[in-house]
Amino acid sequence: MKKNIAALIAGLLFGLGLAISQMTNPAKVLNFLDITGTWDPTLAFVMGGAVLVTLISFRFILKQDRPLFEGQFHLPTRSDIDSRLLGGAALFGIGWGLAGYCPGPGVAALAMGLWEPALFVVGLLVGMWGFRRLPA
Amino acid sequence: MTIVNFTPWAGLIGGLLIGASASLLLWLNGRIAGISGIVAGATVEPGGDRAWRWLFLAGLLGGAALAFWLVPGSLAFQSDMPWPVFLVAGLIVGFGTRLGSGCTSGHGVCGLARLSPRSLASVATFMATGILTVFVIRHLLGVGA
Repeated sequence: MKKNIAALIAGLLFGLGLAISQMTNPAKVLNFLDITGTWDPTLAFVMGGAVLVTLISFRFILKQDRPLFEGQFHLPTRSDIDSRLLGGAALFGIGWGLAGYCPGPGVAALAMGLWEPALFVVGLLVGMWGFRRLPA
Repeated sequence: MTIVNFTPWAGLIGGLLIGASASLLLWLNGRIAGISGIVAGATVEPGGDRAWRWLFLAGLLGGAALAFWLVPGSLAFQSDMPWPVFLVAGLIVGFGTRLGSGCTSGHGVCGLARLSPRSLASVATFMATGILTVFVIRHLLGVGA
């Protein structure tokens, strides 16, 4: 129960942050990526602000034996850079640059009640489902 | 290059909130705030605990709705792309983030903070292909902006 409430509150903060910084507006994101044209550096401040906090807080949090509401930390353990990682990231960047949405803002923008974010999320789910169907 | 619509303070405040969210989720639940992983875990991935993931996503929507309601100017949507592009982009992002084990939040906000070499490689790669895609669409094909 406690961990579900924690997840809800974390989600609320995340959604607030994405919307206040207007990452839910595709033009803000595409203009960030348009470094040779109409550049909008805002996304660097969003990312910078977020990483500034996590860079410090994670140091302290990961010194604990375990998280407050769970038995253990659930962290990725791999450190090798393989073709799946790079290929996946390359594809992700292409999709990001096409519409101006990554998963977080796409889902948060559902709250606008527009067709475009809804279609993005439908595509997102189908793409994830399609990946699951592939043989490993 | 011309700088347009730059909103550094709103960006920084939003970023600090996102950082606080990721810190809270790791500190309390021991989880990485990676949105693509949370979406997949709540829907297409078998097994695992779905309840917290759905609640996180509900919060994500609720938080955004709250900001759209309370913060002037936050409810803005501008795009030159026709709607099918959003569907196709979603497909590519969904597939790509699973193949590459994460997106802007998991690899970006959390992975960089953990100084993960995989995350650094991921961020450099998706930034590069994102910039390249926008360059091709806007400056070679002349669509948008």
